[in-house]
Amino acid sequence: MEALDGNAIAGALFEYFGTEMTVARGACAYCGATAQIAELRVYGQAPGTVARCRSCGNVVMVLVSVRGLQKVHLSGFRLGD
Amino acid sequence: MARAAIPRRLTWQLGRVVELIDETPRCKSVVVDLPEWQGHRAGQHVDIRLTAEDGYQAERSYSIASAPEDAHLVLTVERLDDGEVSPYLTDGLRPDDELELRGPIGGYFVWERSLGGPLLMVAGGSGVVPFRSMLRHWAAGEHDTVPRLLYSSRTLPEVIYQEELTRFSADDGVDVRLALTREWPENWEGHRGRVDRGFLEEVAWAPAERPLVYICGPTSFVEAVAQTLVDIGHEPGRVKTERFGPTGT
Amino acid sequence: MSPISRGFGGRRRPVADPSRVPPGQYVTPDFPVLSAGPTPHTPLDEWSFTIHGAVEKPVSWPWDEFIALPSETVTVDIHCVTKWSKLDTSWKGVSVDTLLENVETEAEYVTAWSDGGYTTNLALEDVTGGRAWIAYEYGGEPLEPEHGGPARFVVPHLYFWKSAKWVRGLTLTPDDQPGFWENYGYHNHGDPWLEQRYQGD
Repeated sequence: MEALDGNAIAGALFEYFGTEMTVARGACAYCGATAQIAELRVYGQAPGTVARCRSCGNVVMVLVSVRGLQKVHLSGFRLGD
Repeated sequence: MARAAIPRRLTWQLGRVVELIDETPRCKSVVVDLPEWQGHRAGQHVDIRLTAEDGYQAERSYSIASAPEDAHLVLTVERLDDGEVSPYLTDGLRPDDELELRGPIGGYFVWERSLGGPLLMVAGGSGVVPFRSMLRHWAAGEHDTVPRLLYSSRTLPEVIYQEELTRFSADDGVDVRLALTREWPENWEGHRGRVDRGFLEEVAWAPAERPLVYICGPTSFVEAVAQTLVDIGHEPGRVKTERFGPTGT
Repeated sequence: MSPISRGFGGRRRPVADPSRVPPGQYVTPDFPVLSAGPTPHTPLDEWSFTIHGAVEKPVSWPWDEFIALPSETVTVDIHCVTKWSKLDTSWKGVSVDTLLENVETEAEYVTAWSDGGYTTNLALEDVTGGRAWIAYEYGGEPLEPEHGGPARFVVPHLYFWKSAKWVRGLTLTPDDQPGFWENYGYHNHGDPWLEQRYQGD
């Protein structure tokens, strides 16, 4: 299954953050590589959507819809770095 | 004007199908009337949501094929044989049907005049859809450089917007190059076979011109083209990509 | 509630026997591929299956020995937390009971772990008593990589995210240790008949 990119989660992120997020830049917490959210490697829709660093492959962001409520886990991605 | 199309809230809107246009045997354009639409930027997409009678829902994203200047929102959908949503949009919709969608979405894969150029667009299959929006937007205003579109398709009948692209080429001087990868007419003078480094070097602006590059299509196509352009010497920061799902049902 | 899309039904199929379909699920003829990462491709001569953790002595099988173990072919229904169910799927593999035959442990939980880093947690009683297999064939053919090949966990009585693809081992643990999806809010147990999709359900 081929990965997509951060464009695929643009709608979900907009809904969660209340603003356009795909141009936001950050750093991978594992390897330090910087990228815009649009450039992350994105897998799957459910059980959740996983965004990985294009450099090291580690999970930087996870989107899960729990009982219809979108949750975004960003611990692997340092926004604004 | 450029910033107008980031909606304050991303809400689901109800549109009405105005017209359905056969583009190719597999592709149909859906023209939608949306009373609450606030405009968009070329390259953005919408999310479409379908709801069955028992409440079951399916959601998919589609690039906007219309320019910000066009009267109606247009989406061009490729019917995938094992698709869940695309066959409904291409074969199930009728004029006056309601269609629920939200958008416009996306701030990365957009082009507008203020971003400058020169502009190189590389499309794989239905990846050409956002580029029609960009080309129409380009043509609607003043411009000092002429864009180049490199469009890879399996066969000639599968080329979407063929007439419009021919007009862009003839009337506006847009450099449109088609690559047919599986089958081509006997007298075909365009590129035969897959898009390779040689063809990219021939068609793309030279790295020294610092073009803005947009690549859209299936993941493997996008990644191969992006890597090759960087290998040729184009700045990674000026290459933008949008990957469509391989089956994108 | 969204307006109805005239004529849209999705991919669902009516079921002759609704008692086979857990609440909130619909039957699909397809076999959707869901993944949290790229498909691993471990060569068979580098593959092994290991049982370790809170055990007297860890045990490990390379591929040739693993497929020589007593195997079973089972036909089961599977249920994904994303609401699709697939009936009468056929798998061939080694029962976890067989793998645990000579393993001494007082642990009550296991964590299944896979190539690529995926983990999921289960109670030991959920994977014993003929309820779980390490499967290497699906539908009579070698299991394809995109569906978890060369071998995956198959635990059909729980939501299918517990059936870890590309499984390489079971770690026995004294306590329940949430795995990948469980850490992000999915249920530690995951019984589809009780609709245990999320923590707290």
